[in-house]
Amino acid sequence: MKPEYKIISDLIEKDAKVLDVGCDDGTLMEFLKTNKNANIRGIEISKEKVQTCIAKGLTVIEGNAEFDLKQFPNDSFEYVVLGQTLQAFINPETVIKELLRVGNKAIVTIPNFGHWKVRLNLLFKGTMPITNSLPHDWYNTPNIHMCTIKDFVRFSKIINFKIFKSLALINENVSDINNSNLIFKNLFGELGIFLIEK
Amino acid sequence: MNIKQNIKTLIVEKPLKLDCGQTINNFPLAYETYGSLNNEKDNAILVFHALTGDQFVTGINPVTKKDGWWSYAVGSGKSIDTDKYFVICANVIGGCMGSFGPSHVNPKTKKIYGTDFPVITINDMVNAQINLLDFFGIKKLFSVVGGSMGGMQVLQFISNYPDKAKTAIPIACTSSHSAQNIAFNELGRQAIAADHNWSDGDYNSKNIVPDKGLAVARMAAHITYLSKKGLQEKFGRKLQERDDLKFGFDADFQIESYLRYQGSVFVDRFDANSYLYITRAMDYFDLVKQFNGNLSDAFKNTKAKFFIISFTSDWLYPTQENKDIVIALNAVGANVGFVEIESDKGHDSFLLNVPDFLKALKNFLDKSYAEKHS
Repeated sequence: MKPEYKIISDLIEKDAKVLDVGCDDGTLMEFLKTNKNANIRGIEISKEKVQTCIAKGLTVIEGNAEFDLKQFPNDSFEYVVLGQTLQAFINPETVIKELLRVGNKAIVTIPNFGHWKVRLNLLFKGTMPITNSLPHDWYNTPNIHMCTIKDFVRFSKIINFKIFKSLALINENVSDINNSNLIFKNLFGELGIFLIEK
Repeated sequence: MNIKQNIKTLIVEKPLKLDCGQTINNFPLAYETYGSLNNEKDNAILVFHALTGDQFVTGINPVTKKDGWWSYAVGSGKSIDTDKYFVICANVIGGCMGSFGPSHVNPKTKKIYGTDFPVITINDMVNAQINLLDFFGIKKLFSVVGGSMGGMQVLQFISNYPDKAKTAIPIACTSSHSAQNIAFNELGRQAIAADHNWSDGDYNSKNIVPDKGLAVARMAAHITYLSKKGLQEKFGRKLQERDDLKFGFDADFQIESYLRYQGSVFVDRFDANSYLYITRAMDYFDLVKQFNGNLSDAFKNTKAKFFIISFTSDWLYPTQENKDIVIALNAVGANVGFVEIESDKGHDSFLLNVPDFLKALKNFLDKSYAEKHS
């Protein structure tokens, strides 16, 4: 289980109606079902992973979040979770707006491209960074819109959504991000976790 | 007709008002069951058959002596596990395997109905079958399942009886028959009507059958159940028991021979007038219109858990039409899962050995059943 699942779970209230966008093999869905008694649905693009979710008894819709979120009416869910996939969309702005239309709140996690290892990688090697969490070459990566924690904070101001809570994951430890430590967290945070609202 | 003694029949006494305005009562509903009903009576699955199916879902069909139409999916240890579930399937009204249909005798005229039989709808079929629940003392079905026209019955069933099923699995179907669907059905009906033997539906009294017309109808329909790729891979331009073209109109190609065979075996087991009536029922099916353009309203009162399945190569009831049902269900916050199964076998995929499909069906049912028993 990914370390941020526990953190995501802590952001969600008990018995909430939750949509996990890009739910993968349903691990987070199961965790939220068990720990938060969440009424949880998933949407997943891979047929194989949809099958895995069905085998776990989870309610999942095969679909592409970029196009298929529009089938949900406004405010269908209390929370919509988007785990480490914002960077893979053709149009992240539309996706964020859709998340906040479909859900009252959204929880978005992003792999931080501002992490010092990524920076050093580019600085010294002069090639596109390859790290544990970003294992692809530039030409075959699904991650076409990488951003940093700082970028995401700026993004919230540009497209006008509220960040309620921002957390950084560093060596499996979670800490708050605020204005005074943003530069530091942007350098050391492996993952940014944001609870947002329109 | 001795063979029909193997058919279990419920005589439905309660009057049923059909969509066409007529009321029927004391009519026969032929059914079959597999597995056994548990003490809590909460393990029953009502399976709805498609256009040319019948109540003999699995095992050897006692009338045709062939495997039941859903033998891949239903049986001991299979997706719809008869060791676990009590499976009920009824022949639709309008059909020709024992249920009230056009080959029955009209008590008023003492003559076989033929085209005097009332036009039946999917709604009528479902309203006839609900009587089986009372008959078996079942308050709530564990599931309603069906593919193609069977899927339409699933949708109609949930719409009519929102609290009578715990789960619902409409497979490879639509909420509204498309112009293309109607066109193919009309082609079949016209093929039957063009057969001189059809005699405006009165062939029974003359002891003849419009077998040529019915065979052509079946051949045309059969093409729509397969995919271009599937046909190409199975038959290509392969020749039938000959080394070269014969420059004539015999079946040179294997595909021709295959279709002719499909047509010929079909006429032995199916009634031409039933074919007219059931295709008509499918054409009239429009759950969207029934709810004034808002399909979601059909499902707003149900708590049933849905699982919608489509197939990549099904061009008769394509994925998008299945997805429209998912969208309508999401709009009312229903519990709905959806998967599109990769298969080259066309619309017929749901009847065939398609492991991903069979696995998904089994997992959904077994997990949903375990949920309510935990």
